[in-house]
Amino acid sequence: MSITSIMIVGVGGQGTLLASRILGNTLIGAGYDVKVSEVHGMSQRGGSVTTYVRFGEKVWSPIIEKGGADIILSFELLEALRALPYLKRDGQIIVNAQQIDPMPVITGAAEYPKGIEEALRERAKLTAVDALVLAREAGSIKAVNVVLIGLLARNTSIPREQWEETLRTTVPPKFLDINMKAFELGYQYEE
Amino acid sequence: MKSQLLIGNAAVARGAYEAGVRVVASYPGTPSTEITESIVKYPEIYCEWAPNEKVACEVAIGASIGGARAMTCCKHVGLNVMADPVFTASYTGVNGGLVIAVADDPGMHSSQNEQDSRHYAEASKCPMLEPSDSDECLAYTKAAYEMSEKFDVPVFLRLTTRVAHSQSMAQLGEPDQVPLKDYVKNPAKFVMAPANAIRRHVDVEKRTEALRAFAEETPLNQVIDNGSAIGVICGGISYLYAQEALDERADYLKLGMVWPLPERKLCEFVAAHEVVFVIEELDPFIETYVRSLGLGVIGKEAFTMLGEYSAAMIRQAVLNTDDEPVTDAGLPVPVRPPVMCAGCPHRGTFYVLKKLGLTVCGDIGCYTLGAMPPLGSIDTTICMGASIGAALGMAKARGPEFAKKLVSVIGDSTFIHSGITGLIDVVYNKGINTVIILDNSITGMTGHQDNPTTGKTIRGEATKQVDLELLAKAVGIDRVRVVDPFDVKAMEAAVKEEIAADEPSVIIAQRPCALLKYVKYAGHCHVNQDTCRDCRMCMKLGCPALTVHDGRVVIDATQCNGCGLCVNVCPFHAIEKEAEPV
Ligand SMILES: Cc1ncc(C[n+]2csc(CCOP(=O)(O)OP(=O)(O)O)c2C)c(N)n1
Ligand code: SF4
Repeated sequence: MSITSIMIVGVGGQGTLLASRILGNTLIGAGYDVKVSEVHGMSQRGGSVTTYVRFGEKVWSPIIEKGGADIILSFELLEALRALPYLKRDGQIIVNAQQIDPMPVITGAAEYPKGIEEALRERAKLTAVDALVLAREAGSIKAVNVVLIGLLARNTSIPREQWEETLRTTVPPKFLDINMKAFELGYQYEE
Repeated sequence: MKSQLLIGNAAVARGAYEAGVRVVASYPGTPSTEITESIVKYPEIYCEWAPNEKVACEVAIGASIGGARAMTCCKHVGLNVMADPVFTASYTGVNGGLVIAVADDPGMHSSQNEQDSRHYAEASKCPMLEPSDSDECLAYTKAAYEMSEKFDVPVFLRLTTRVAHSQSMAQLGEPDQVPLKDYVKNPAKFVMAPANAIRRHVDVEKRTEALRAFAEETPLNQVIDNGSAIGVICGGISYLYAQEALDERADYLKLGMVWPLPERKLCEFVAAHEVVFVIEELDPFIETYVRSLGLGVIGKEAFTMLGEYSAAMIRQAVLNTDDEPVTDAGLPVPVRPPVMCAGCPHRGTFYVLKKLGLTVCGDIGCYTLGAMPPLGSIDTTICMGASIGAALGMAKARGPEFAKKLVSVIGDSTFIHSGITGLIDVVYNKGINTVIILDNSITGMTGHQDNPTTGKTIRGEATKQVDLELLAKAVGIDRVRVVDPFDVKAMEAAVKEEIAADEPSVIIAQRPCALLKYVKYAGHCHVNQDTCRDCRMCMKLGCPALTVHDGRVVIDATQCNGCGLCVNVCPFHAIEKEAEPV
């Protein structure tokens, strides 16, 4: 009865909520028991945000504990570093290489660490992508979340059609083309 | 039967729908807000955002007396505001079923305190149910209506953040056809003057006895027997953590009903196990009761009153196992606290308040973030509405000289919620305070709900709009003015003049929230490195888009929303607006 745990991290406002909903519904479609813990409220205002997605035959807790994540999907570089203690020993990180300075860095009270990508690569199986570039190519920088979902999708055993089916039911029709393209670009991405 | 992946809050809404609820009145508050927002999906249910929790609860009580099944939802601190009607509704009982959904926030993800609402159940003598996941959120909501009508009592449904905001599968059912009950005038039941209330109190105590008996039989309280010598008493999210940590290595007494507690069941469960742990976040509510029965259990001494629990914590306390070593980041990781959005209208006001070095009594909303560096201009934050009363108290304590360097800041929704009464106090008791209403035309912090100042109902229908200017004048404020907070010069002048006046004043800082769909600033800003003299005035704004790279101020175009506030504060006109969006 093994359970897979995926942690989605980022900066409030980056669209992690939609990503976790797409992931959750895809997993349900694939026949798993699923628990997803979402973030609403204060931290959505530009703070660190963490969503946990756990699936398997029977899932009790919606929360991923330190050392428990099979995959960390990070929307931002520093947030991947922050989440590192949650990764399993042989876990995988997919990171959007975008840097967003947190307020202590902006005010000069702290520094944005250098060499994050290297630090992550030393400690985990890493895929880094400039999802902003791909999202722009798809037609909107708002599609960063779906680019990353595309990348995640390729790293799971869930058939591609299942993901596309969820996209069709969760994304507003107006933005479906952009999001399908974004998914495709993420899915096909080679480092 | 169909099942669906739902957050706990949406499952509560579905449960209300299936239970035939007709009226829902609430005031937003994380983590309870999405219950009422999800009710909007059911056109047959009347729902509203009320000005505050007390009014919301009174609307629900009225609907119940009128024969409808009704619901009100709030966050834990909202229950404080609602408490007055609740305690007496416990005496009147109900006509149509009445459920009060209250969401606690262990860990204070979005709250100013970590109070435990279970005490309210005992204090008000209304039973309380607590689900663990979305399926139970739906089922317990329906059970709560059955109980409410069977025992003639308002029923609490208690959630915590992780239950309210976690998605899991919920079994959907068909909506029950629950007819509107007859309304029959019944002063002995619904007029709580002393003579009637004295008699009703007798009924309340009898009812509690009946509820105690119910607690012993109801399947809401269940034993999961794995034949273990270790027993765990728990409910809500703690049950899921305990199962995750201990699975078949423990037996469980899962309490779906937190008050009243089942005395006999507890005694039997404790007697049947060598060692029993009570696992509950926040206060030792169950533990205290269990101990009062003379039972020996392990509780808070092995856990904590603070914050959220986890499976790891339970594994450690019960099985004494150490966790696997974790991968450390290897580099220092700066914190990322929440900040006001790029383009937030509040930023201009706080920039001015900081510049003037005033004492600022703050309130609760997105603008509470004005307490964080670099704006760092808020002195106090207590509860919704407190900014005005607290400032009046400070002014009375320290005299007019102090009062002239003091302002209150309060959001539009918060002002309507409970600021208006404070303002009346200022006028009535001859205060000379200045109150700045931060009118961003929405209830921002909780995720953008309409309120009486926005001109729209919860369903987006146009309605009368409370005119804040007229309202302030009507309570007796003669000095009222409206200022655009992005016009920092005008804002500074207004604040200086109003605090200097020997009478009370209101400044309405008016500009819509940057996240509203209709708010669109064309293009984005960038710093002209040739004209920038590195004075860093703009950095005082604390805008997440303005940062320093390689010693130079730059604007992160992916963060900038083009509001142009920085253009207004740069003394060298070095910040320019670019027309084309990113
Ligand atoms: C009694 C109580 N009810 C609800 C809340 C949740 N809450 C926090 S801030 C807020 C509203 C803020 O709206 P507004 O005053 O308009 O300020 P904005 O966030 O829009 O700047 C609410 C409802 C609370 N903290 N206390
Ligand atoms: S949501 Fe609106 S009011 Fe709140 S910080 Fe953002 S822009 Fe400001």
